[in-house]
Amino acid sequence: MSDTAGDDTKNSAVDKAARAAREAARLAAEKRKIERATEASAEVVTASNGRPSTASVPSTPLLDCSHVYQRYPNPKGGFQVVLNDINLVVPKHDFITVVGPSGCGKSTLLRLVLGSEAPWMGQLSVRGRPIDHPDRDRGIVFQKYSLFPHLTVLDNVVFGLELDGTWLLQKWLTWPVYRNTHHKRYVEQAMGYLRAVKLDEHAKKYPHQLSGGMQQRVAIAQAMAMKPDILLMDEPFGALDPGTRESLQITIIETFQQQDITVFFVTHDMEEALFVGNRLLVLSAYYEPEEPTQQGAKIVMDVPTPKDTRTSVKATAEFQEFIAEVRRRGFDPACRQKVSEFDLRAAEAVRKGA
Amino acid sequence: MSKSARKLIGTPLPRVRRVLLGLIPVLLMVAAYAYFSHQRHIENPMDRLMPGLSKLWAGLQEITTPDKRSGQVWLWVDTVASLERLGKGLGAGLAIACTLGLLMGIFSTVRALFSPIVTALAKIPPLALLPIIFIFLGVDESSKIVLIALGVAPTLTNDITLVGQSIPRNTIVKAYTLGASTSEVVIKVILPQILPRMIDSIRLTIGPAWIYLIASEAISADSGLGYRIYVVQRQLAMNVILPYVVWIALIGLVLDYGLAALSRWGFPWAHAQKDH
Repeated sequence: MSDTAGDDTKNSAVDKAARAAREAARLAAEKRKIERATEASAEVVTASNGRPSTASVPSTPLLDCSHVYQRYPNPKGGFQVVLNDINLVVPKHDFITVVGPSGCGKSTLLRLVLGSEAPWMGQLSVRGRPIDHPDRDRGIVFQKYSLFPHLTVLDNVVFGLELDGTWLLQKWLTWPVYRNTHHKRYVEQAMGYLRAVKLDEHAKKYPHQLSGGMQQRVAIAQAMAMKPDILLMDEPFGALDPGTRESLQITIIETFQQQDITVFFVTHDMEEALFVGNRLLVLSAYYEPEEPTQQGAKIVMDVPTPKDTRTSVKATAEFQEFIAEVRRRGFDPACRQKVSEFDLRAAEAVRKGA
Repeated sequence: MSKSARKLIGTPLPRVRRVLLGLIPVLLMVAAYAYFSHQRHIENPMDRLMPGLSKLWAGLQEITTPDKRSGQVWLWVDTVASLERLGKGLGAGLAIACTLGLLMGIFSTVRALFSPIVTALAKIPPLALLPIIFIFLGVDESSKIVLIALGVAPTLTNDITLVGQSIPRNTIVKAYTLGASTSEVVIKVILPQILPRMIDSIRLTIGPAWIYLIASEAISADSGLGYRIYVVQRQLAMNVILPYVVWIALIGLVLDYGLAALSRWGFPWAHAQKDH
């Protein structure tokens, strides 16, 4: 009994802290709105001057998470806070990787960005639009069940392209015409995306006839075909053997370099995180709380990663040292940094740029 | 010894050997019947309970040639009548179960609304409903169809609900990120994945459907496989009853194999997955 009561007071304290944070979030959001309006007008000026917009020109951040909290009902009663005050600004064409101890809420954060789950408190927006539910703006590659088992590889990629706003009934009634016009074009586009991941020869196969690595390639092609603002990846290569994994890592780096895409990549493999991304987030619940009741993971590190994309980089001493540093700060329950000590270099760079 | 014994589990057999193995029990049964029938005829040449081959042949002749008075072929007339009832009843039950099961599988609200009553209805032996159906609908065709439909619908609904729920949520979220609307998710993602497993459910339902059909025909009908068996029972005409029973088994077998083949042909992806 006393345990439950303890939990309740704990939770109400968390509630109070969170309420205060929510208020702060509201003010911050309003402030940002004003800033954004000014930025937008600045952009218009630049455009009318005929200068191409470059990185130095501030623009609306692609993804903006402000004071995001998430909690889940605890089976023993009360709630478990999973994410504690997540603040994240992601500019366009950033490749973010998220690591953290298992169960720290990496996938929760991804689901919040995806929109398949709503935050307890705080706001998330893409291009200034609040995230409400999963839609075309954000593509997703899951570790499993990313593909439709009842469709061939080609049809899996055509699936999204064909959802062009035409009513299903209309599509069926005018199928002979539709097939030779729209459908034909979508098939050509889909084949292009399959060629990019070197799977055009397997277009007619069903997913179960492909290896795990090939399936994930199809999933990437399927998501990329929608030209999403952000490509979300939830431990996409977690179920693959090391060799396949590395080749998929190179595929995603190539995709990122060739196309104007922003990637949000959750993984439990540190080496992978440092290798594929250009900005690393470490999510961890191991830190020195400001208040004893504070719980849930925070971003304890937000740093740029080495830019080298040769696989040999993984063996270098620097790379391994970086991993050791991340492990110490994020994964070691004994090592508890103060909140003020967090290494948030990349976040500051973004803020300065914005 | 132990090594080859281990191979007994999970090793697939070549097709020919599989078919031959399946025939062994059938042949054994026929042989056993022939033996006991012969024994009984040695004791009593007039035995009617286990007719010999010649009498069975005469019975078969009787049911497959036009009747002297009506000019109808019994077996044919009865088969058509029974299959028509079975088809209509199963069709109606299936229509109810598919609609309700699909909605219950997809929408948790609909599931919460109907799940208790459907489960409760599934627990009522449909034959207990037969008097009620007879009282309301009379004893003609419609009551038999309704019995089959009511008999299979609740179980089938629950089956389809489970299948609908088992579709990974990731697939549905994925469809949304590809721009699908809710109706497109239902029609293009959920429905096609449910269909092959719906066929499995139907295969399992055919057995109970036969029970309801034969029972209702036994009580009141003027034709049908069940009707004929119960009519000739009064004359102890085992040489007619046995061919009818074998015929029913054959029809069941063909339906089952037919549906399995349809599923393999229409949904190859659903079958290959079972190998993994």
